[in-house]
Amino acid sequence: MASKPTIGVFKFASCDGCQLSLLDCEDELLAVAGAVDIAYFPEASSNMRKGPYDVSLVEGSITTHHDAERIQKIRRMSGKLVTIGACATAGGIQALRNWQQTDVMVRAVYANPAFIKTLEMSTAIAEHVPVDLELRGCPIQKYQLVEVVSALLAGRRPNIPTYSVCMECKRRGATCVMVAHGEPCLGPVTQAGCGALCPAYNRGCYGCFGPMESANTASLDSQFRVLGQSHQEIARAFRGFNAWSWPFRKASEFAEKQ
Amino acid sequence: MATQTTPGIKTRTVKVDYLARVEGEGALHLRIKGGVVRDVRFSIFEPPRLFEAFLQGRSFQEAPDITARICGICPVAYQMSAAHAIENAFGIEIHPAVRLLRRLLYCGEWIESHVLHVFMLHAPDFLGKHDVLEMAAEHKDLVLKALEMKKVGNDIVSLLGGREIHPISVRIGGFSWVPRKQQVRAMVDRFQKALDTAVATTRILATLPFPEFEPDYEFVSLCHPAEYPFNEGRVKSSRGLDIPVSEFEDHFREQHVAHSNALQSVHLGHGSYHVGPLARFALNFQHLHPVAKQLAADIKLSAPCRNPFKSLLVRMVETAYAYEEAIRIAQEYEPPPEPAVKVKPRPGAGQALTEAPRGSLYHRYVLEADGLIRSAKIVPPTAQNQTRIEDDLRELAPTLLHLSDEDLTLRCEQAVRNYDPCISCATHFLRVTVERS
Repeated sequence: MASKPTIGVFKFASCDGCQLSLLDCEDELLAVAGAVDIAYFPEASSNMRKGPYDVSLVEGSITTHHDAERIQKIRRMSGKLVTIGACATAGGIQALRNWQQTDVMVRAVYANPAFIKTLEMSTAIAEHVPVDLELRGCPIQKYQLVEVVSALLAGRRPNIPTYSVCMECKRRGATCVMVAHGEPCLGPVTQAGCGALCPAYNRGCYGCFGPMESANTASLDSQFRVLGQSHQEIARAFRGFNAWSWPFRKASEFAEKQ
Repeated sequence: MATQTTPGIKTRTVKVDYLARVEGEGALHLRIKGGVVRDVRFSIFEPPRLFEAFLQGRSFQEAPDITARICGICPVAYQMSAAHAIENAFGIEIHPAVRLLRRLLYCGEWIESHVLHVFMLHAPDFLGKHDVLEMAAEHKDLVLKALEMKKVGNDIVSLLGGREIHPISVRIGGFSWVPRKQQVRAMVDRFQKALDTAVATTRILATLPFPEFEPDYEFVSLCHPAEYPFNEGRVKSSRGLDIPVSEFEDHFREQHVAHSNALQSVHLGHGSYHVGPLARFALNFQHLHPVAKQLAADIKLSAPCRNPFKSLLVRMVETAYAYEEAIRIAQEYEPPPEPAVKVKPRPGAGQALTEAPRGSLYHRYVLEADGLIRSAKIVPPTAQNQTRIEDDLRELAPTLLHLSDEDLTLRCEQAVRNYDPCISCATHFLRVTVERS
């Protein structure tokens, strides 16, 4: 290859876990680094080169005015912009503020609230700029990240399933925790990607990968009621790391109104 | 990064607008005038995420999953502090086998985090490299060994918790699932091999050029009567403090310091203090396992070690300990009768302080009778070290005035990275505007 494609890694409000996935690719790291030119990745390198970048990986949600401006600049200097993780694709756990008065929350945490400058809402990157590809998960699955980068380099569509966790659960041969143990599980409405970890570890899925394509949350809501869940419990279940994604948002608000 | 020198009035300003190789978004500002440091700001512009506020009204059982998301580098630490604090509030005794597995899980996280920091974030400073990939060009063998060691840590967390980042099995009272005896035993050979690699690579790292610098720290760490600390013990300091965790907030307070507009922890009546590997090593050396102890002796590292640049070596000694402890646990482990004991919520408060890779992490929860969280308080290690980091820079900078602007800036950055600061964790920090002169 004449010149290797450049990659930038950017962070907004987040825990750093998704970009850490890149460094957690122990077996692939040097190969990935050989195929691309990592031009901007402050968590890993003090050599921070200016854009434009062929591919930008964006972690985190928008929660400040400064960040709302910064994402515009990043969009302008990015060929492809890929959002990674629940914060970037759905606003993250910090989107729980979207149902409350943020100034009340700030007063609950900080001694001197006047110094805190934050927006009322935590929002996904796609609410601010066009996004070429979204990679779900809290955190993302590192092999999906390698797949996305490889696909972009090869100019093909990445193979990222949009069916539910139940499919992976069956394929894994795990016992259905909802049928066998009456444990509430978001698997039927959550996008695959984790490999059905929670059911395999004897607990219900809590929705890290966000809503699957055309998720039937109303049906799951009724099933949760059959299992004896209160409307507050159901609202909390949908109001997790992907709370502000449209299907889960509607589902939690529906449950709350009951 | 920029350094400005104004001839005549001899003011030097060190500015690093975006600190690299730390977790999260931070900046550094130093103003030196006439050989005296006039202003030091290690500032955080990481956006506030308001965890303590939205934990209110959530169920106790969600606390380990939610607080894990404060930090993708040390989610296990958050899960451990949350679980132990809430178990403490409910008066729950965990099964001894669960206790062992939680230590093993913490070993996994220490290994992941320490090896990441030592080789990928910290060592490049000593070798004059921008990052681990540049380092790999000249020291490929060392980097491959580091990746191999780190992977063992990832695999421990993945076995016990399903995945290396934000593991899913920790619950109040135990785990949702525990491994079979054979699954844990099967890892012993890999632990042994990684231990050998840790010893061999640490001997190489010990030959790095460490700057001379030994501040008079007050070290603070969890201390257990019989073992190197992870989840239980009393809070002790190198200046004689010895308190139960329940009294932590009587002695340590987050204060609003005018000059930096940031909340920073201080030991009341004493000032800044130091948590993390150096503190644990100073206060718990006797509880290290034999290989780690011998390794420290071989590289002439004795406790206490007050040189923060040598925290790199102490992290490696702790990494060796983590492999040894993992071997011990893997050999002793017998699965508990149930993965978790039954939990009955009751109203009240509970605290826990556990040792995250980068230092003590304190959680307190007040819980309602129905198990909902009424209030939460979280004091992350970087919040505790922030005052001390600034004090280090204040003491260090005057000794570096002979250096070129570029080297002075680099050395100051390195002094911050000594602490492996995790700014994403630092949910308490206020946004600070970097002063530009």
